Amino acid sequence: MDLSQDRKSRPTGAGGPRVPPTISGNRGLLIEEPLIFEQGQEGRTGVDLPEPRRRAERLGAMRRAGKIGLPGLSEPQVVRHYTRLSQKNYGIDSGLYPLGSCTMKHNPRLNEKVARLAGLADLHPLQPVSTVQGALALIDRLAHWLKTLTGMPAVALSPGAGAHGELCGMIAIRAALEARGERARRRVLVPESAHGTNPATGAECGFTIDPIPANARGRVDLAAFKQKLGPDVAALMVTNPNTCGLFEPDMVELAEHLHESGAYFYCDGANFNAIVGRVRPGDLGIDCMHINLHKTFSTPHGGGGPGSGPVVFSAALAPFAPLPWIVHGADGLRLVEHAEAAGAGSKPFGRLKGYHGQMGMFIRALAYMMSHGADGLAQVAADAVLNANYLLARLGDALTPAFAGPCMHEALFDDRFLKDSGVSTLDFAKAMIDEGFHPMTMYFPLVVHGALLMEPTETESKESLDQFIAVVRGLAERAKQPGAAEAFHGAPYFTPRRRLDETAAARKPELRWRPPQPASQAAE
Amino acid sequence: MRYLPLTDADRRAMLQAIGVGSLDSLYRDVPEGVRLKAPVELPRHMGELEVEREFQAFASGNLGTASVPSFLGAGAYRHHIPASVDHLIQRGEFLTSYTPYQPEVSQGTLQYLFEFQTQVALITGMEVANASMYDGASASAEAVAMANRVTQRKKAILSGGLHPHYREICVTRGRWGDFETVLAAPDPRGGEELASMIDDKTSCVVVASPSFFGHLRDYTALANACHAKGALLVVAVAEVVSLGLVKPPGEMGADIVAAEGQSIGIPLSFGGPYLGLFAAREKFVRQMPGRLCGETVDAEGRRGWVLTLSTREQHIRREKATSNICTNSSLCALAFTIHLSLLGEAGLTRLAALNHANAVELAERLAAVKGVEVLNKAFFNEVTLKLPRPAAEVVEALAARRILGGVPLSRFYPDSPALADLMLVAATEMNTQGEIEALAEALEEVL
Repeated sequence: MDLSQDRKSRPTGAGGPRVPPTISGNRGLLIEEPLIFEQGQEGRTGVDLPEPRRRAERLGAMRRAGKIGLPGLSEPQVVRHYTRLSQKNYGIDSGLYPLGSCTMKHNPRLNEKVARLAGLADLHPLQPVSTVQGALALIDRLAHWLKTLTGMPAVALSPGAGAHGELCGMIAIRAALEARGERARRRVLVPESAHGTNPATGAECGFTIDPIPANARGRVDLAAFKQKLGPDVAALMVTNPNTCGLFEPDMVELAEHLHESGAYFYCDGANFNAIVGRVRPGDLGIDCMHINLHKTFSTPHGGGGPGSGPVVFSAALAPFAPLPWIVHGADGLRLVEHAEAAGAGSKPFGRLKGYHGQMGMFIRALAYMMSHGADGLAQVAADAVLNANYLLARLGDALTPAFAGPCMHEALFDDRFLKDSGVSTLDFAKAMIDEGFHPMTMYFPLVVHGALLMEPTETESKESLDQFIAVVRGLAERAKQPGAAEAFHGAPYFTPRRRLDETAAARKPELRWRPPQPASQAAE
Repeated sequence: MRYLPLTDADRRAMLQAIGVGSLDSLYRDVPEGVRLKAPVELPRHMGELEVEREFQAFASGNLGTASVPSFLGAGAYRHHIPASVDHLIQRGEFLTSYTPYQPEVSQGTLQYLFEFQTQVALITGMEVANASMYDGASASAEAVAMANRVTQRKKAILSGGLHPHYREICVTRGRWGDFETVLAAPDPRGGEELASMIDDKTSCVVVASPSFFGHLRDYTALANACHAKGALLVVAVAEVVSLGLVKPPGEMGADIVAAEGQSIGIPLSFGGPYLGLFAAREKFVRQMPGRLCGETVDAEGRRGWVLTLSTREQHIRREKATSNICTNSSLCALAFTIHLSLLGEAGLTRLAALNHANAVELAERLAAVKGVEVLNKAFFNEVTLKLPRPAAEVVEALAARRILGGVPLSRFYPDSPALADLMLVAATEMNTQGEIEALAEALEEVL
């Protein structure tokens, strides 16, 4: 054994030589990975498929003529490619991911396992219903949990994500108004602090959007709301808890005013995590609410979906819920897939999604719910709120809180603490990346200048929060030092890529790889 | 509880740091009257083992397609998924990351989305593609909305060969989004003529390739008829494996392609989550819905990727956005792109050829069953059968013999006597000769 090994491998410490560039451009574990199109070879494949039995083709004149242009790679190349790509990503599994309003909580692997069970993952959506009674029972169970947790009498499960759920709820509102013969009600009130999907959704189903301001406490301005309420108002869309991380204390009063004037109350349930098991939105007087299963109920965000956005309805809107749904019949569970089969009193507004919704997400969400139970879900909300308030309290003097606490599941700061430092919210976020954390949500909500919105979720330990707090406090301190701005502008330094030029990307969009042109053509 | 790290001691220390006496006081903004005094009436928490047992029980109440011969299609197809696909998509850095808003720590997601967009553009024969939609059905409705924006018109003609769910979703979105949808009659024999329906108010014609009933048709003439009237041609593809063998929409003059990507890398999972593919001509890119990933450089001049053209999107444009889409279907896009990378040119073409050969064998064998008529001349991996009695009964009788034999058209068109005897049957690489023979024999018995 060579004992000198130990001494050689000892770090040389600060003041050592500058980091030399590598020959490959790789930096240890950070490996430069070309596109699959730059690695492929003709004649190579990652699957072995048998030769088709010889039969006369029956494609008519519809055979593809030319080559497709797909690269050929073997399985080891493919596995290495995607493994290397994964190493350029930050996930909840990597560390604290305090992305406000996104609820980046731990994704239990049990949920992945049960979603892959034979008898669930291999079910075709159009099998005879007699052969999928277990699947229908599972969906029915999820519906029961969602209705019980929200205190609402009906649920539509098919929407594919939160924004799709919003569409579902707002169309139901329009259908209900039309059934009342009130086609002139086209104005929808949306707080300025709302997520962009709210106004976009309203516009997508034919409403005009009328923003209402937030008051000095970060809530819906009740006086402004009352002033805007009129006979042409179809609905109010409120996120509760709202995007400032605050509970809207006037929900019940808002509901009363809306219903009195003949309008409906849409609640955006993106932040349900703060109150699940402790407050039933139905008790607040709302008419519908979408629930992001990928937020509150932990189905993985997967780099941007798939999500799932069930919508719960009040008795007033329930008759307009979209197809399909499940009913209990004499010979088991049945699927109602057509308006004709909907039964008396039902006036479904149509269909929003193919088949029956995001079954794979239903399974994961239900596994999460059953793991926690009624007791655990109430604890989820409490711990999420506790963790956020702990951040607010421990960072309150180093950053500048946008509003007085207590907050709900997320803590909102503005950029006053960076005033005159030359450091922006963006710079601060990029510096957090170098410290090993995913940044918080930045510049949202729009009602706060240079917003920093932090949502730690209940699955972070106190130790993890303490580390995060120490780093954020340290960065805030550093930002105030004279001449510190330049270092912040350059961050991040230790990522696979430094800051990327988004303006250039948008100016001349390159949205796909193209084969390099032969030199003769390129010169022309 | 296994997912909650805080201990009671932590909670006490944190409440003290916050300066409040109890958890309840953090909920002080919630009116007293609506705070629940006791847990809701649902079961208490469970361990992993108990939860697994519950789901095993749900699963055992079903007849899975993996356990019996299955010929179900109608927009969702059972294909083999290489083991490495499911392994790779479960890497935590992919599974547990968010939409790549911070590109410096999301180059993995962004690079695969860029590769995905390229693959989608290549197989559809189109110029550009987005980073995915919820599914093929909702993508079709987004395609119509986009055609309306491009043409500044509000009337879409929907083929009778379009998947009924795709049609229903377009109709729903039109009814409540203030555009008109004209429905051609269901087209089981694949002979419809849509060109005469196009007028100067038409924004687009939406057709399917292969059609819902399995027919392959060349839409080049229809594309020309659309363009002559200033309308767009939208082609929906519900079985993307077909693109390994069949002329792609881009070569027929399509302006927008909306496709279901489930067939490549994504399990049937009772209908979702699936993967909407969305491709278009480059000149329309600023009217596209959904996320787009684009190439750029970083501060050191190295190639990298970002989400781009976000000024189309809801988080910037709010009520003026091209779509309200936020979350899409990235992880499904990852499964698709990994599977397609494994297949490559040779694999996709071979897979498509295998599907077609099996379907030819199925069609020929079933055509020999007394009373069965195959309605298709040119098809890919699915055909429509005309049976001598209602197809729904036949399907039930086959299921009783533990064969998932097909999809009765009455499932989609329950009030159409003309379609009641029709059944869709599909064959993929998963179906063996023995299974085809078993279906044929069972059909001979039940008819």
